[in-house]
Amino acid sequence: MKPGAKLAMAVAAAAVFLLLPWTADNYILRVTTFILMYSTLALSWNFIGGFAGYPSFATAAFFGLGAYAGGVLQSKGVPMTIAWLLAGLLVMAFAAAVGRAILHLRGHYFAIGSLVIAEVLREIVNGATNLTGGGMGLNLPVLKLGVTTQAQLFYGVMLAIAAAALATTWLLDRSRLGFGLRCIQQNEDAAIRLGLNTARYKTAAFALSSVYVGMVGAVYASWVSYIDPAEAFDVLISVKPIIMVLLGGAGTVLGPVFGAFVFLVFEELVWRNFLKIHLGVMGLIVVLLILFLPKGLLGTEFRRVFRRAKHPAKDGA
Amino acid sequence: MSAILELRGASRRFGGLLALDNVSLSLNEGEIVGLIGPNGAGKTTLVNVVTGVTPASHGQVLFNAQPIERLSPDRIARLGIACTTQIVQPFPRMTAIENVMAGALFAGGSRSPAEARAAAHEHLEFTRLADFADKPASALTLAGRKRLELARSLAMKPKLLMLDEVNAGLNSVEIEAALALIRAIAARGITILLIEHLMKVVLNACGRIAVLHQGQLIADAAPAEVVHDPKVIEAYLGSKFAARHTRGVL
Repeated sequence: MKPGAKLAMAVAAAAVFLLLPWTADNYILRVTTFILMYSTLALSWNFIGGFAGYPSFATAAFFGLGAYAGGVLQSKGVPMTIAWLLAGLLVMAFAAAVGRAILHLRGHYFAIGSLVIAEVLREIVNGATNLTGGGMGLNLPVLKLGVTTQAQLFYGVMLAIAAAALATTWLLDRSRLGFGLRCIQQNEDAAIRLGLNTARYKTAAFALSSVYVGMVGAVYASWVSYIDPAEAFDVLISVKPIIMVLLGGAGTVLGPVFGAFVFLVFEELVWRNFLKIHLGVMGLIVVLLILFLPKGLLGTEFRRVFRRAKHPAKDGA
Repeated sequence: MSAILELRGASRRFGGLLALDNVSLSLNEGEIVGLIGPNGAGKTTLVNVVTGVTPASHGQVLFNAQPIERLSPDRIARLGIACTTQIVQPFPRMTAIENVMAGALFAGGSRSPAEARAAAHEHLEFTRLADFADKPASALTLAGRKRLELARSLAMKPKLLMLDEVNAGLNSVEIEAALALIRAIAARGITILLIEHLMKVVLNACGRIAVLHQGQLIADAAPAEVVHDPKVIEAYLGSKFAARHTRGVL
């Protein structure tokens, strides 16, 4: 694509997102807010999972921790926006510390290690009834705003965070850190031999993959104004962003956003039309995706796929 | 001449196996030293002990008179020790130039990917890979991938370069080219430790040869001496080789 065409598309996309709150109804706005939230989760997972190739299942841990950090801070009288920012920073510090401990694990072992974080945090939150309300959940201050104003506010905030995550991805893609993470993804041992301090790079990627998730968690808590441990640390919050990134194209800049959009629109349609078997249908989609689009929608060279379909003999194996 | 690398009684144990047994060896700056020995003699273990990938269980490793045996492999690489591995380890889905950029970026002092790209180009030219700069590393031939490893190592601006069987699996034309390349690298003042099975290459390129056998250093001398050393003949070269060489090839 020519740079001019790219710029035109970016401007058009930005215009659509900026005009949406004044033109769409609350249903569309709500769905789009969700898409933006999940775009942030997918973009964040892409830092560690896409760039560095470490299959993290810690997204739910960061999300839940962010949600509870935001909720508890507000219950102690911290203003809402400051609570959101602090939640992001707190989660990032937590990820940096935990990352140091588990990032020496590779492959499946890392996946399991990262999966456990959310389970541990859930039990801690369940137990700390005085602070978090335990299994009864935590109520957040209700905003004294109209329904539409609230929808617009949370849409705007989610858009801003998603834009920040996207900008970070764009910068990372061009930076020394991003290059190093790609090397780690391809061959970590070779990267070490070339002088790359992989522990530092991986920790940075893990911390980066947590900060926006923590913020989004805190914003989500304010948005729905009630959180409980089972929902905040739901394993699906870890799994869905991974599917979205794989759907869109791992390690690409726009892939995660694209994947989040396609996935959630699909989910909405499947949910509506296959109420009883929607999870089964989603599973089927995941299987088809892995079989036929292993590089994701943006990573696949469709022209080659079509050419091969036309001239199967020429392209060979 | 000062020793750039010195092993003092270095040993490495893998469970019950003593892969490297009390080896003391020093390399002087600018030298090309050959390291030979039968399979399993501990040649690759010696390289890995120096690079810190499998640190020494006992003994000392000094680089420019500084002990490095407790440093992490990435620190050691940044100090200026590079090695190519026996089994090539490229970043397969990155282009050739990106592979070389990694060396420049993480150990070669380039501050940004753009700066590294410029440096990488130079090393691709030197290893005659410039035409393949934008091809994925996995698309290169074996000889090409070996040269890519070399280019990547050179991009690290090493002071010491250890070449672990860079010529294995190459045909005779490719070996001639590789030999010329090794000499050109040495001409830049880089100290080279050459691990090699092909005696033709070792005898041609090296000023000194060290021989490992069952983890022990059994010889460390000029090539002409080493080929006549009865211990080396028994352990590695074989009597036929010795007979051929006493008939006046050397």
